[in-house]
Amino acid sequence: MAGLEVTIGGMRLRNPVMTASGTFGYGTEYTDFMDLGRIGGIFVKGTTLEPRQGNDYPRMAETPAGMLNAVGLQNKGVDHFVEHIYPVIKEYDTHMIVNVSGSTLEDYVACSERLTGLEKIPAIELNISCPNVKEGGMAFGTSCTSAAQVTRAVRRVYPGTLIVKLSPNVTDIAEIARAVEAEGADSVSLVNTFLGMAIDVESRKPKLSTVTGGLSGPCIKPIALRMVWQVYHAVSIPVIGMGGICNWQDAIEFLLAGATAIQVGTCNFVDPAASVKIVEGIGEYLERHNIASVSELVGAMKIH
Amino acid sequence: MKQLNFTVRSNEQLNAQNHLLKVVPLSNEQLPEIYPGQFVQILVENAPHTFLRRPISVNNVDREMNELWLLVQAVGEGTRKICDTTAGQTINMLLPLGNSFTMPPVAGNFLLVGGGVGTAPLLYMGKKLHEKGFSCDFLLGGASERNILQRSEFERYGRLYCTTEDGTLGERGYVTDHPLLQQEKYDFIFSCGPKPMMVAVARYAREREIRCEVSLENLMACGFGACLCCVEKTTRGNLCTCTEGPVFDTNELRWLD
Repeated sequence: MAGLEVTIGGMRLRNPVMTASGTFGYGTEYTDFMDLGRIGGIFVKGTTLEPRQGNDYPRMAETPAGMLNAVGLQNKGVDHFVEHIYPVIKEYDTHMIVNVSGSTLEDYVACSERLTGLEKIPAIELNISCPNVKEGGMAFGTSCTSAAQVTRAVRRVYPGTLIVKLSPNVTDIAEIARAVEAEGADSVSLVNTFLGMAIDVESRKPKLSTVTGGLSGPCIKPIALRMVWQVYHAVSIPVIGMGGICNWQDAIEFLLAGATAIQVGTCNFVDPAASVKIVEGIGEYLERHNIASVSELVGAMKIH
Repeated sequence: MKQLNFTVRSNEQLNAQNHLLKVVPLSNEQLPEIYPGQFVQILVENAPHTFLRRPISVNNVDREMNELWLLVQAVGEGTRKICDTTAGQTINMLLPLGNSFTMPPVAGNFLLVGGGVGTAPLLYMGKKLHEKGFSCDFLLGGASERNILQRSEFERYGRLYCTTEDGTLGERGYVTDHPLLQQEKYDFIFSCGPKPMMVAVARYAREREIRCEVSLENLMACGFGACLCCVEKTTRGNLCTCTEGPVFDTNELRWLD
């Protein structure tokens, strides 16, 4: 569809709708429900240098208009990804972006290096915001110093498009965004999940094995939207917005707040074809409002 | 796997908590191939505190009527909404999901053990065994007579034995207390129900070296392997109950370690 294309770093996306890491597997899980070639890109499951078994069950608790998760980056490691998953997903007709996570600075660097040179992986998303791992993860994303340090180290070894995924569990997300922009990030994506918890009142036990977990879904949308708007005004690199997006209206809101592109996350679990419906909805919106390019909507909220 | 709309053809209340929904594809298309042990994910609408779909196991597939049977227990807001649907209403489902019970290649002495609403997938498994010309025994347990559902349906496909905790039907006690388990020598056990029951069945099977498969009900978000929330610890590591299960061989589980 004309007018839907957007650019993030070195990637020209056919439309601004992508799917969020941890909610879309490797894309493979969704091929029965939708045509992957209809969306702008897929952020695959968080990948670490070494294999991770993830946290104990229970890892999920439903909450009003959303859910808590404590998966803890279960994945088979970057070598497994390169050898077994990449050969399958490189055939998909969309941008495949790997979400990179780690416990140490060295892990992030080694994992990113391993992904360099994979022809069909044009970008990585540096996950400095996972709330569900004991070491690393969100710890890197909650101070400007460590966020800058990990971005700088990865930027040195990774020549592709570098997106840094920000944590909302901070006092001032805009200052973290500025810090990673200064170190050469091509884009920031936000927000990752909010740290939350739930308790079973009968047993008095936490509903998650890890006590706390990451909150996602429509319940976080207003806060995520506010953060995207703040970050849009703080940086000049493109912002990828996410947090509770379930339909095209939600997506347009994020664009108006300043997102160049968006990611659909938790909603994929409820409607596995949600992202395609959002692409269609944005297209119809552009036609109805006589807007030639979706990029005209970015940050176009009218306050007065 | 497909996302399909269904029309509710009937909704029969079987007891205080359980409803039997019979649904047909809205578009009149043929139901996809569905194996015993597989499940569906039902979209819950107009329930403000419910966000995720509800996984429900397949109770029966009536090919002649092109009808899918779902036995639903009203536990929380989501399942209550599903139980409140009336004939003619539309529901959206993802199906068929998960693996299935193993169909034995040759006849043998088969036991299907269920508790509570966990008896649901055993009816369809019993029917499929019956269609292959295999006989089987059903051993169903519940708190009381009113909790043992669909007895006349089960009796069509095999011998039915029951236990109730209050003794109002069959033997008093739990399924594992039933004398049948001491009298018969089984080749394969299929089980679904509350975890303590399935653990007891798994222990019985291990002691007697009987092959045993159980169907798990771990909490899940997506139902098709994307979220990695419903994992079960197995001899092969953490596996998704929704795609690698819900049916597992008990020797793969870490329950008796």
